[in-house]
Amino acid sequence: MTISVRNINKKFGDFTALEDVSIDIPDGSLTALLGPSGGGKSTLLRIIAGLEQPDSGIVEISGQDHTNHPPQRRNVGFVFQHYAPFKHLTVYRNVAFGLEIRKRPKVEIKKRVNELLELVHLEQFAGRYPAQLSGGQRQRMALARALAVEPAVLLLDEPFGALDAQVRKELRAWLRQLHEEVHVTTIFVTHDQEEAMDVANEIVVIAGGKVEQIGTPDDLYERPANDFVMSFLGPVTQLGKQLIRPHDVELRGSADDTTVPATIDRVLRLGFEVRVEAVLNGSAEGNRIWVQVTRDESDRLKLRPGDVVHLRPTRRGAVTSITPTSPRSHASSGGDLAAAR
Amino acid sequence: MASSVASSTLTKHAIRWAALTYLLFLLVLPLGVIVWRTFESGLGPVITSLISFEALHAFQVTAIVAVLSVIANTVFGVGAAVLLVRHSFPGKRLLNALIDLPLAVSPVVVGLALILVYGTFAPAGGWLTDHGIEIIFSTPGMVMATIFVSLPLVVRAVAPVLEEIGIEQEQAAWTLGARSFVTFRRITLPAIRWALAYGIVLALARSLGEYGAVAVVSGRLVGQTQTLTLLVEERFQNFDPITAYSASFVLALVAVIILLTIKLLRPKGDVS
Repeated sequence: MTISVRNINKKFGDFTALEDVSIDIPDGSLTALLGPSGGGKSTLLRIIAGLEQPDSGIVEISGQDHTNHPPQRRNVGFVFQHYAPFKHLTVYRNVAFGLEIRKRPKVEIKKRVNELLELVHLEQFAGRYPAQLSGGQRQRMALARALAVEPAVLLLDEPFGALDAQVRKELRAWLRQLHEEVHVTTIFVTHDQEEAMDVANEIVVIAGGKVEQIGTPDDLYERPANDFVMSFLGPVTQLGKQLIRPHDVELRGSADDTTVPATIDRVLRLGFEVRVEAVLNGSAEGNRIWVQVTRDESDRLKLRPGDVVHLRPTRRGAVTSITPTSPRSHASSGGDLAAAR
Repeated sequence: MASSVASSTLTKHAIRWAALTYLLFLLVLPLGVIVWRTFESGLGPVITSLISFEALHAFQVTAIVAVLSVIANTVFGVGAAVLLVRHSFPGKRLLNALIDLPLAVSPVVVGLALILVYGTFAPAGGWLTDHGIEIIFSTPGMVMATIFVSLPLVVRAVAPVLEEIGIEQEQAAWTLGARSFVTFRRITLPAIRWALAYGIVLALARSLGEYGAVAVVSGRLVGQTQTLTLLVEERFQNFDPITAYSASFVLALVAVIILLTIKLLRPKGDVS
């Protein structure tokens, strides 16, 4: 089922959480709302679910205006960041909840719940209480509970946020697989670009309450709309007045009219990858650049600190111009974050 | 090092003995004397005095007043706790402050205030009397007085737990299609059940033991509006100590049972 959000505005007191946000989610897609913390992505998800009321704007689910409907009437499945398990009910009763209050026949409930428990690999935990489950199991129980009522859309708020790294990776792959099996239109919120690129087939980048860009993971990585998206989605470095990915800088031994000279400062060997740090010649200290090359290339060029190399962007690479008076002050911090990875 | 440990152990012992002695003279001794006096002449007189008409009637009045006021306070207490924790509205701070008022006001003042409003010669009371409803010197007034003095107990037991469990389970129920009342009955109520039970037991104990406010509004009509606590006082004044002692003993026994129940109900880390 499609989701359409039109011109949503939302303020909490003086704080603008969302400003004129419009997005369209196609039927059956798996979409990530990606952005830094406090950027408004969770608020948008809660507005779609009806857990928050927008100050203005329209929320349509499957073509029907649901803006003024309570969550009960929206037919959405919502998975909370901390899963919100019903602590006094067993796993089975948790999953059965939505069906029980719809007064479905017992036989039907039993069949459906068992199917779902099988789907999320919790068959043998049906009789346990949430407190007796691990984080990953609780998360899968919350998913099964949300899917039980056959929602038009599935909304997940930071679904992997509260899990440790290993479980997180497993669940990512599992969520992708689940989406292929169930094929319900799904939106999940994340602040982790790697997670978004790994799981989603469409990404909406939200920061400062605004949509920065919408596109496939490739689109966003290769053709970022601005320097913020560029720096949020992957490592970046600065070549002259341009932001560029460190693996999109070509190192050459000889100069021509497309290259810029730089002096190597440090050569770091990180396994397969070699990280070359350099300072552009004739520029003030601080105009530093780092370049990612393969070990082979580094050996071929015999890179050593003190050497002068000639840099130019590779032809395919994504580049955005830096807007020095950018109002998005978080752009640079996002870049540092990405570069640090 | 060793001497400081020794002196701190000594201090601990001293404090413990001081506390025990204090409780001995204040609590154990008087209660012990009541038990001793009650059974001084054996079980026979105790039973005779407890099955007298006045005593049986006092039991009945006490039970009716306590049960009605506990029911009222349970309904109000849960409602007020939900209102205070889950909603924001103008006047919330005022409501919050008002709930604690009964702890600060003397029960006698409460009784007097009720008479001033609902007495036969007050406008509200006069109107009600004209319509055949009597509040003062009858059960409604006693229930009202008891509700007032035990008002905060359920609210204050439930509100912190409601705060702690958070709203997410309720929101999850909403997204699954549960309306507010279904959510309350199936999600909220089970989550607060132990805190609620604790509050109810506290309110019950307070209702059974109330004296001051009830003494004022009841008119102390023997065999009509006399509760157990009033019976104790009246029998003692009228040179019938054995009935006074026996009723006191029953009140103390009920208190002990309630105390034990509270101990069992009090959540130990597990609030779910």
